[in-house]
Amino acid sequence: MNTSQVVVLFKRYRFFMIMLVILIGLTLVQPELGGTASNLALENLIDMMAVVPPIFILLGLLDVWVPREVMIKLTGEGSGLLGITLAFLLGSFAAGPLYAAFPIAGIMLKKGSKLSNIMIFIGAWSTTKVPMLLYEASAMGFNFMLGRFLLNIPVIMIIGFVVQKSLPQKDLEALYEAAEKL
Amino acid sequence: MFTAILYGLAFGLLLLSFFKDRKKTKMALKKSWKSFENILPQMLAILPLIGLVLAILSPETISGLIGKQSGWLGIAIAATLGSITLIPGFVAFPLAAALLEAGAGISQIAVFVSTLMMVGIVTLPVEMKYFGKRATLTRNALALFFSVAIALILGGLIA
Repeated sequence: MNTSQVVVLFKRYRFFMIMLVILIGLTLVQPELGGTASNLALENLIDMMAVVPPIFILLGLLDVWVPREVMIKLTGEGSGLLGITLAFLLGSFAAGPLYAAFPIAGIMLKKGSKLSNIMIFIGAWSTTKVPMLLYEASAMGFNFMLGRFLLNIPVIMIIGFVVQKSLPQKDLEALYEAAEKL
Repeated sequence: MFTAILYGLAFGLLLLSFFKDRKKTKMALKKSWKSFENILPQMLAILPLIGLVLAILSPETISGLIGKQSGWLGIAIAATLGSITLIPGFVAFPLAAALLEAGAGISQIAVFVSTLMMVGIVTLPVEMKYFGKRATLTRNALALFFSVAIALILGGLIA
């Protein structure tokens, strides 16, 4: 590894290193709070590492095996109700924290899915996940869960459409171009 | 449980892919690694941040802040706390149930739970990497707005 490669690596991970220095600094000044924070960070790292391998393996397979045309037909421009339904189902039966959904959203962009459908997928992942709904019902009561679920379905769609419509054409094109490089 | 299904699915499909076309499978794994490596800096950077936020905003602190509050101030505090923190649902719901017992209103709890799930300030850098600044901020702002709206409706319906 030559010097310029090290510089690039350093630049890419600078935020991580800054955060790490802050965490270590805090642990030195306030061992109790810093220790708790470090433990929580570590727990989250373990959670993240648990879901990351299968998700990225699926991403790679999706990238290679599913042709762009198929993805566009299913969830792209003009996919209509089918695209919306698929986005909902895909998000609702997923597992893992929301940040694990973003790489999948990235590959959907790359394959030409409509932005509003990708946003619906993100919304469903965050809110209408089936295992989480069961959990919500047991902790908060069935009415609370059902009310939130029913209200969230139109909201998730509205968010998808508004994000799509409010984005200027050139920004939209830039998103799809950036996704090409993922 | 669902993680196990995810693993089963990933490895099952990987095996299927391998038997159908070794070259394509190799390419897929290369792409998997590339997209992982691409997002790794952002993913790693949010970890210490999540640790810090959760350590400072412990369940005790949160229940102290919205436990007995009601009205708009309580909703505003719940929305703020929910937007920053990233507590997974299986921790959030017992906490929310405990808050409810401690006397917090349905609206405050609903806004807390909804923003917790839909609005992520800590994860903005990861989201922006895929959706850019504008779409990311629009999505989060709308999610915040609707979280409050849903909470108010729920508060009216259930309470």
